[in-house]
Amino acid sequence: MNPIPALEIRELRKVYATGVEALKGVSLSVQPGDFFALLGPNGAGKSTLIGIVSSLVNASSGSVQVFGVDIAKNREAAMRLLGLVPQEVNFNFFEKPFDILCNYAGFYGVARAEAKRRAEEELRRAQLWEKAFTTARTLSGGMKRRLMIARAMMTQPRLLILDEPTAGVDIEIRRGMWRILREVNAAGTTVILTTHYLEEAESLCRNLAIIDRGEIIENGPMKTLLSKLDVEGFLLDIDGELPAQLPHIEGIALHAEDRHTLDLEMPRAMHLNQIFAQLDEAGIRVRSMRTKTNRLEELFVRLTGSKEAA
Amino acid sequence: MSHPNLVALATITRREVTRILRIWAQTLVPPAITMTLYFLIFGNLIGSRIGDMGGYTYMDFIVPGLVMMAVIQNSYGNISSSFFGAKFGRHIEEMLVSPMPNWVILGGYVAGAVLRGLLVGIIVLGIAMLFTRVRLPHPFITLATVLLGATIFSLAGFINAVFAKKFDDVAIVPTFILTPLTYLGGVFYSVDLLPQWASTMTHANPIFYMVNAFRYGLLNDSDVSMTLAFGLMLGFVVVFSAFGLWLLKRGVGLRS
Repeated sequence: MNPIPALEIRELRKVYATGVEALKGVSLSVQPGDFFALLGPNGAGKSTLIGIVSSLVNASSGSVQVFGVDIAKNREAAMRLLGLVPQEVNFNFFEKPFDILCNYAGFYGVARAEAKRRAEEELRRAQLWEKAFTTARTLSGGMKRRLMIARAMMTQPRLLILDEPTAGVDIEIRRGMWRILREVNAAGTTVILTTHYLEEAESLCRNLAIIDRGEIIENGPMKTLLSKLDVEGFLLDIDGELPAQLPHIEGIALHAEDRHTLDLEMPRAMHLNQIFAQLDEAGIRVRSMRTKTNRLEELFVRLTGSKEAA
Repeated sequence: MSHPNLVALATITRREVTRILRIWAQTLVPPAITMTLYFLIFGNLIGSRIGDMGGYTYMDFIVPGLVMMAVIQNSYGNISSSFFGAKFGRHIEEMLVSPMPNWVILGGYVAGAVLRGLLVGIIVLGIAMLFTRVRLPHPFITLATVLLGATIFSLAGFINAVFAKKFDDVAIVPTFILTPLTYLGGVFYSVDLLPQWASTMTHANPIFYMVNAFRYGLLNDSDVSMTLAFGLMLGFVVVFSAFGLWLLKRGVGLRS
């Protein structure tokens, strides 16, 4: 028997009062323990979807279940299972991080003494304990984002949803946040993440869905989806200058990025050795090479771009 | 206190009281200064020339009205600014995504606002004691009036904050509705002094009943019956509570 999904969304629609149809019958299932990426361009419907799951947005039709609990029929029980890290900072800047965490746990019915114990634990894990009793507005952008993760963990949710948690933070802090999220997931919490940093999704997540214009256009394991990507792109740094006439190599696309850099797009089935040999014959010597784009980014652009073209 | 909803209720109330005490210079000091000036100018300087009002010195007469005025204004102001601030700063979302039922959210904010009203009422009453001898012939009626009056205007302030889209919207109701109703609610005069049409209109003002119920508690004297005053106050509490809960259920101004 299959376990009860951590999140089960069926035929979810949302039409705003302005007439904008943000979700056009989205269905999605996330399994318990998964680390799941929800990707999509701006305005695709990600935040509306998360808003409905967290009960901040009212659905026009469809159903959402969190570990089998329908949020329309039993909102209170469903919300006890859910933790949310929103895109925008939404704590009171005039309060202290310690109080923000204790109050948040209190809203979920966690007794004060227990809330204080958890607040210290979560603030230490987020490396914010030294800031626990300073006003929250004095925190840096990265600290504010870590504080929101710590806050969501105060209620020990079984499903944690993060809406672009690392937006605008530097790479060092981002990696620190990845470490925390991996720990949380390893401890058994199902994590759903939206992000614009596709390498983040590729690094952290096992499954993903891509949403575009209110519809799920791709959904499945990360590895399966990436294997659909049949071409790879590289940038080759050349010794000297490129010839005016580039060689024709069957099955690959070559063009000059500048006089010293060659842009190469090749089928994944093809070997680089074949290409290097033919370039060598044409007098082009490759000094170094780098991947042109992140693989997931390539897939994302192809999927969302092809839809736009259609 | 182990039931999750009671913990949540206590959490919101504690947060509100912490806020009131943190910004005491904005929440507790201004009413103390304003009411001291009222007592000094209206009660002491002008009042000594007015003579008796309803059988009491003018100072004695205005004390209940001024205390009630402070309670009403501060209860209303507390919840409208705090709840709208939470909407504006988006930290209201912390509560909206939580499993708290709507009555806990409303109850917590109202409890915080009522406590501020009570605190300010005690401060103003303490200041009044510097100017006159305050008696308390009906302590239960006095306390019940303060609690009901503060609850009514906390609920009204909450409804205002739910509909408010900008800070100006929070200020419009106190300026154009609450202040005129308070001043025309018999704080500074007895309704017996008014012509018939004005007296009839005053009886349509809910603050008039609160001021008179409180005056009865302190002076054993009122222009209206206590049954009518308490019946009306309870009616307002029920109607405003139901409307506030309905607004939260529908998510008006809160959920999209």
